[in-house]
Amino acid sequence: MSATETSTTSGDDLVSLGERLKQAHREGGAVRIEGGGTRHFTGRQVEGEVLSTRRHRGITSYDPVELIVSVRAGTPLQELEATLAQHGQMLPFEPPRFGAESTVGGMVASGLSGPRRPWAGAVRDFVLGMRVLDHQGREQRFGGEVMKNVAGYDLSRLMVGAQGTLGLITEVSLKVLPVPSSSRSLRLEIDRERAMQQLASWGRQPLPLSAATWHDGALNLRLEGGPGSVAATADMIGGDDLDAGYWQQLRDWQLPLFRDDQFRSQPFTDHQQPLWRLALPANTPALALAELEGAESIDDWAGCQRWLRSDIEATTLRDACALAGGHATCFTPQAADPYTPLSPVLARYHRQLKQQLDPNGVFNPGRLYPDF
Amino acid sequence: MNILHDERLDGELVPHDRAKVLAALANAAPDLTLLHREEDLRPFECDGLSAYRVLPMLVALPETLDQVEALLRKCHELRVPVVTRGAGTGLSGGALPLEQGVLLVMSRFSRILEIDADARIARVQPGVRNLAISEAVAPHGLYYAPDPSSQIACSIGGNVAENAGGVHCLKYGLTVHNVMSLNVMTIEGERMTIGSEALDSPGFDLLALMMGSEGMLGVVTEVTVKLLPKPETAKVLMASFDDIEKAGTAVGAIIAAGIIPGGLEMMDNLAIRAAEDFIQAGYPVDAEAILLCELDGVEADVQEDINTVRRVLETSGATDIQLARDDAERARFWAGRKNAFPAVGRMSPDYYCMDGTIPRRELPRVLKGISQLSEQYGLRVANVFHAGDGNMHPLILFDANREGELAVAEELGGRILELCVEAGGSITGEHGVGREKINQMCAQFGSLEITAFHAVKHAFDEHGLLNPGKNIPTLARCAEFGAMHVHNNELPHPELPRF
Ligand SMILES: Cc1cc2nc3c(=O)[nH]c(=O)nc-3n(C[C@H](O)[C@H](O)[C@@H](O)COP(=O)(O)OP(=O)(O)OC[C@H]3O[C@@H](n4cnc5c(N)ncnc54)[C@H](O)[C@@H]3O)c2cc1C
Ligand SMILES: Cc1cc2nc3c(=O)[nH]c(=O)nc-3n(C[C@H](O)[C@H](O)[C@H](O)COP(=O)(O)OP(=O)(O)OC[C@H]3O[C@@H](n4cnc5c(N)ncnc54)[C@H](O)[C@@H]3O)c2cc1C
Repeated sequence: MSATETSTTSGDDLVSLGERLKQAHREGGAVRIEGGGTRHFTGRQVEGEVLSTRRHRGITSYDPVELIVSVRAGTPLQELEATLAQHGQMLPFEPPRFGAESTVGGMVASGLSGPRRPWAGAVRDFVLGMRVLDHQGREQRFGGEVMKNVAGYDLSRLMVGAQGTLGLITEVSLKVLPVPSSSRSLRLEIDRERAMQQLASWGRQPLPLSAATWHDGALNLRLEGGPGSVAATADMIGGDDLDAGYWQQLRDWQLPLFRDDQFRSQPFTDHQQPLWRLALPANTPALALAELEGAESIDDWAGCQRWLRSDIEATTLRDACALAGGHATCFTPQAADPYTPLSPVLARYHRQLKQQLDPNGVFNPGRLYPDF
Repeated sequence: MNILHDERLDGELVPHDRAKVLAALANAAPDLTLLHREEDLRPFECDGLSAYRVLPMLVALPETLDQVEALLRKCHELRVPVVTRGAGTGLSGGALPLEQGVLLVMSRFSRILEIDADARIARVQPGVRNLAISEAVAPHGLYYAPDPSSQIACSIGGNVAENAGGVHCLKYGLTVHNVMSLNVMTIEGERMTIGSEALDSPGFDLLALMMGSEGMLGVVTEVTVKLLPKPETAKVLMASFDDIEKAGTAVGAIIAAGIIPGGLEMMDNLAIRAAEDFIQAGYPVDAEAILLCELDGVEADVQEDINTVRRVLETSGATDIQLARDDAERARFWAGRKNAFPAVGRMSPDYYCMDGTIPRRELPRVLKGISQLSEQYGLRVANVFHAGDGNMHPLILFDANREGELAVAEELGGRILELCVEAGGSITGEHGVGREKINQMCAQFGSLEITAFHAVKHAFDEHGLLNPGKNIPTLARCAEFGAMHVHNNELPHPELPRF
């Protein structure tokens, strides 16, 4: 085989996926796109016939020298990551893996990124191109397999995080990166305010930081880069060594705060508190809300992403986030409104876009917002 | 070939009476500067693609958002097309005016509104020059990474509209990777904030959609950019090759070694000689190609990377490798590259800059293809480009005063872009489609994709008033020009009538 590799466990299910969509188009039905069935707590409930991508799988091309991989949507994320690892490469945005069934399509459509995100970028930053089936089951191809491409509108990045409401992703081309040659994790017991000040000042220096949380009374840091810079920075920062397994647990939502087993297929039980994710601008102080006193939380992304367990009223929390310039998502299964409502102008253009790209409402209707 | 708006293929433009539109706009926004006399309009008749010129009906030079809003509302009501212009450095005719349209010039929006060094962001107006951002934040040890070669002149609004990139984007990304949020005004005069200072926002990723949308979905009125700490050190290696294909192979080998350079640029012999003549950068004028490889970061890592890259270059057959001894020499090495376009411009009365992207592994083959096409068409082509991104910028040298030579240059350019598409690439990496590459869009996309693009346009601009005729060809145009590329005897878009 040449530079380009193809994986062995592959399957092309394009024709039948297309047929199913053509049928939905004819009959005026809706589909509920399902990858691995692992992220069903994201988004709103969808009424529709299940359309599984799981048979459409396999890496269609991978050229380590190009740093580009193209992969079918139903491919297990695990399989993709294992192939990349064989070549010392990785998905730099560290998508969460909710079990072995997580698919690449679900990863892209849900648009979640892990601890490295503030330094390396999000899922969308690594998407170069996509193949999708439109509302009539016809294949379209956007972007490409090159690093730069500004021809036409960037529809492939538009699909990222759209929760399958704009089209069925069948294949995606991603930019990958070499695994850093050196890594070290540290824990410093300092209070939150000092931790955030430190992060702001380190952020202005070219340090090899690649993850930072404030959690359980300590600042947890990951350094990644060349051995020289990692060692020098570790010396400068001090602190205790931290088990690197912490970042894996954080990435995969397995720390106690996330209560691992809840995100399997079991229904959400009443005694657990809702799980919130706050996205906030850098340097936002801790939200001053009495309701959050003593709430369980993790400040990830150097404070830009905060995980929270709380019964707090959604509007109270959202207002506080909005005031700070951010937003809040509820990841509790069956949450009525998981996503922060859009401003009237934005909502209008969202509706118009959905109307244009999916006029009959075939794709995951209502998954993001009730009206599209 | 003529790239001016062709109503038969690009859609009808409603005729307007200049005096009436002028009166209506003056009434809607009494303090708005409006130019209407021919001598005032003349400076705006083209952008960086100066071969094509059109006098706009009117030029508006707003200074406030209220003026922009009043102007857009009125134009929307009267169905007058609006073409937005930043600094006018675009090379694809994206800001080419329309005879029946208003040219909305955003250059007076030139203030840096806020610098937050702790949060590493800057909030700026769209007319701020790219380089001015880095200059303003330099005292904080920060900079704005995307650095198009035109950065001294081009505006950040134009960068957003073209998703501009530069030498740094191999490692630090394009505009899309470095902008946090935008304020946009729609053709209906509605204000939207897209994205935020947080790292994501609810809903669709409209931020990505706006990037590179060439002023067709909205007018960018404010940009919040991400700033990066200046690397502790940057070193540049210059490698000479006696064979351009070997240089092309070395590019892939460096990246395969796990190194992501801060910049990885390539120049061929013609470009080397032109630059050396112009700048005296110390380039080897007898080399067939040089690679400039910049490694930046923390001292210790950079030293290690230099050693790795040196080894890779030696095995790839470099005949000479020089490490810039100090910052002055490093600046000189780069000055040659940064001035390569004007340098080549001195060798020929005219040049035509192409902008195709290919998978890196195809570099050797495509370079060979370009040199064959160059011979076939009898025009010299200088190659100077972002090799690490596979982003080619072949410069076609010609003399517009010679009968028919522009047409030959354009045809050769089109062939080069098609070669890029055949190699699995794209007809534009960073300069945009504009008017210039509107026909080649039909080579890269089929009618389903083009229909989807029109659907997106429709969602934001129902009447097609913002920059009509740019970026996305009509299917009618593809039916006419797409027929140039017949594969297996199959006509593209067989469903459409032929003209
Ligand atoms: C036992 C059980 C019962 C369920 N009952 C319901 C129910 O009643 N109603 C309901 O809404 N959900 C229900 N779900 C969840 C349902 O399986 C998901 O909503 C499914 O649509 C998403 O698939 P996933 O979890 O595999 O997502 P992932 O593969 O993790 O995908 C996450 C998101 O991406 C979308 N997506 C995945 N692949 C693609 C692709 N290739 N292109 C575009 N978008 C894509 C999904 O639709 C989803 O929005 C149930 C799940 C289980 C296990
Ligand atoms: C010598 C030279 C070198 C260059 N090198 C590079 C390079 O390395 N990389 C690169 O990417 N480009 C390069 N360019 C191309 C050009 O500089 C970029 O495309 C730049 O981003 C254009 O910015 P501008 O402000 O001049 O935009 P203009 O030319 O004025 O406009 C370009 C497009 O943007 C739209 N636009 C402008 N402002 C707005 C706004 N506020 N809202 C909405 N739409 C708007 C216009 O309608 C038009 O479609 C180069 C150009 C030259 C002349």
